[in-house]
Amino acid sequence: MAILTMREALNQAMREEMARDQSVFILGEEVGAYQGAYKITQGLLAQFGEWRVRDTPIAEEAIAGIAVGAAFIGLRPIAEMMTFNFSILAMDMIVNHAAKYRYMSGGQMRCPMVMRGPSGAAAQVAAQHSQAFEAWYAHVPGLVVAMPSTPKDAKGLLKAAIRDDNPVIFMENEVLYNLKGEVPDEEYHIPLGIGDVKRSGKDVTIVAWSRTCVTALAAAEQLAKEGIEAEVVDPRTLRPLDEDLIFDSVRKTHRCVVAEEAWPMASFGAYVSDRVQRECFDALDSPVIRVNAPDVPMPYSKVLEKAYVPQPERIVEAVHQALYRQEGR
Amino acid sequence: MTREEAFRLYRQMLLIRRFEERCAQIYVEGKIGGFLHLYIGQEAVGVGAMSLLREDDYFITSYRDHGYAIARGTDPRPLMAELCGKATGISRGKGGSMHFYDVPRGNFGGDGIVGGHLPVAAGMGYGIRLRGTDQVCLCFFGDGAVNEGAFHEALNVSALWDLPVVYIIENNRYGMGTSLDRASSVKDLYQRGSAYGMPRREVNGMDLLAVRNVLGEAIDRARKEKRPTLIEAETYRYRGHSMSDPGKYRTKEEVEQMMQVDPIFLWGKRLIEQERFTTAELEAADKEVIAEVDACVRFADESPWPTHESLYEDVYVRSPYIHLKSADKDPAWKASIREDKHPDTFWRHAVKEAK
Ligand SMILES: Cc1ncc(C[n+]2csc(CCOP(=O)(O)OP(=O)(O)O)c2C)c(N)n1
Ligand SMILES: [Mg+2]
Repeated sequence: MAILTMREALNQAMREEMARDQSVFILGEEVGAYQGAYKITQGLLAQFGEWRVRDTPIAEEAIAGIAVGAAFIGLRPIAEMMTFNFSILAMDMIVNHAAKYRYMSGGQMRCPMVMRGPSGAAAQVAAQHSQAFEAWYAHVPGLVVAMPSTPKDAKGLLKAAIRDDNPVIFMENEVLYNLKGEVPDEEYHIPLGIGDVKRSGKDVTIVAWSRTCVTALAAAEQLAKEGIEAEVVDPRTLRPLDEDLIFDSVRKTHRCVVAEEAWPMASFGAYVSDRVQRECFDALDSPVIRVNAPDVPMPYSKVLEKAYVPQPERIVEAVHQALYRQEGR
Repeated sequence: MTREEAFRLYRQMLLIRRFEERCAQIYVEGKIGGFLHLYIGQEAVGVGAMSLLREDDYFITSYRDHGYAIARGTDPRPLMAELCGKATGISRGKGGSMHFYDVPRGNFGGDGIVGGHLPVAAGMGYGIRLRGTDQVCLCFFGDGAVNEGAFHEALNVSALWDLPVVYIIENNRYGMGTSLDRASSVKDLYQRGSAYGMPRREVNGMDLLAVRNVLGEAIDRARKEKRPTLIEAETYRYRGHSMSDPGKYRTKEEVEQMMQVDPIFLWGKRLIEQERFTTAELEAADKEVIAEVDACVRFADESPWPTHESLYEDVYVRSPYIHLKSADKDPAWKASIREDKHPDTFWRHAVKEAK
């Protein structure tokens, strides 16, 4: 197995799928000549040419709309959003078009597209550039939403997303692009809709995805030093959600923490806690504890930013709460 | 155009007119619900355009979409059933008036978001270019849609990359109750094409022959030169914006004046004066289409309502790349199937690789 960064893994996934299937193409701002705003599409223009690696004007609605229209007639577009903060300018194309046409046409159409790019906080880019919008997309029937936390998952899930016939919202994370991990040498994909236990434990379940899953693993490391064995469950796909994996874990540990980078109100974590409390009520020894960003826009100062993004310490604290352990007791 | 073709187009416009007049009637009876936007007055644009398309061409439209489907040759019975929300509807009762689709005929149908289908049309044009076929895509929308941001983004990239899309503004002078003068800084809407260096034309949308000439040239340019065109068809809707429109924003005189240039009346006159048809022949055609519309309503009346299970169908496509054990908990996934309503249509479109 090779050790790759998530950036390289994502690049491999697209390169392999584009070589395998003529109908796959990429479009977005700076994906070609610039080699990708975050270098995810590096080298693809030279290999596949401008019609399959299309530099677009700064026009998110057109980028997403072109992906939708091309997908309707049978191509497999990958629309890159420079970051998901800008995807809200294309919301109409995704919510009213990609997610709706199959239903509104009574099953005549399909929209096999991927919209991908980095989501969530980066480093000191302030309120408009640091948002976690997964709940917006996961809210919409007709969409699939994937959020990998490792290079292996990123490659396997992106390949499945490209081959799948539904519109897939594929949210990456800038902070994870340099994260290294093992990636199989052989051809593989990871079907959407299967979660993964990233660390097993018996005392508490921590549900977290994308960057927060990495934070949760760091928290689990700290907790282990106190003798608390945390199980970290990464759903990998938010829609469809591998609920069984989460429920099975909670039925084993009897305690659950849901950690995410989004705001607390009406977030995806709120949905997960609702499902866990409803389905695992008898198994729970304490209420589900949630870790979120504070309910304010992201500040610029690095001191404030650190207070904003969930850190391992906040997850540790939440686990203590779930275990009814107070600091110093 | 042959004499027979001229008559066929007359009959088609008449069928659309009578079909929609009946829609208005049964709407009042409560058989049709929701929004009902009638195309009455604008028939020459849709009929003229459809008469020029090749079987494998595509089109996508706004919500005022009954006319295009009928002109494209879709059986009008499932269209009426769709309006009545029946299981036999073209969109299985899930779309209604604003959402007629007929993918085997290249009809990517009615969009309820003003201007929302323009970037999608650009994407269909992009897909055509990428595959290297000589298909074209027509995109129909109203005078109100040109003020949406989506119009700008779609036209810019279409001109930039030479996409084979013909954008057709059906300027009926109003977006709901707001007249063009109160909504657009430029009154000659086709001139907006100049901002993108796009070929642009205006045409009298009440004159079927003029529509055919101008559109024919644009379709040719798209097919052969892969270049888009912006067309402004000047037309008029005789009915309200939708069924709830009191029409306070325009005068009776204006409507009556525009009735003098009714596209169907004008074309009928031409058939008699220049093509040697008789009034009796035109009247017989009218009787025929009225009988056809009767049959549509009967079909809709006799059709079953959709089953409750169908509520969950058609949200997703079942796929080997989604794990069904977890997905199966979700009723929409459970009800998903691998096939489309018209199996292999999607792939017929997908695989048609000319190069
Ligand atoms: C984005 C959006 N905004 C508002 C509406 C409500 N609406 C529906 S039709 C319409 C008027 C559109 O006028 P025009 O584009 O001229 O088309 P026409 O109805 O005249 O055919 C409006 C405002 C909508 N459907 N979508
Ligand atoms: Mg109008």
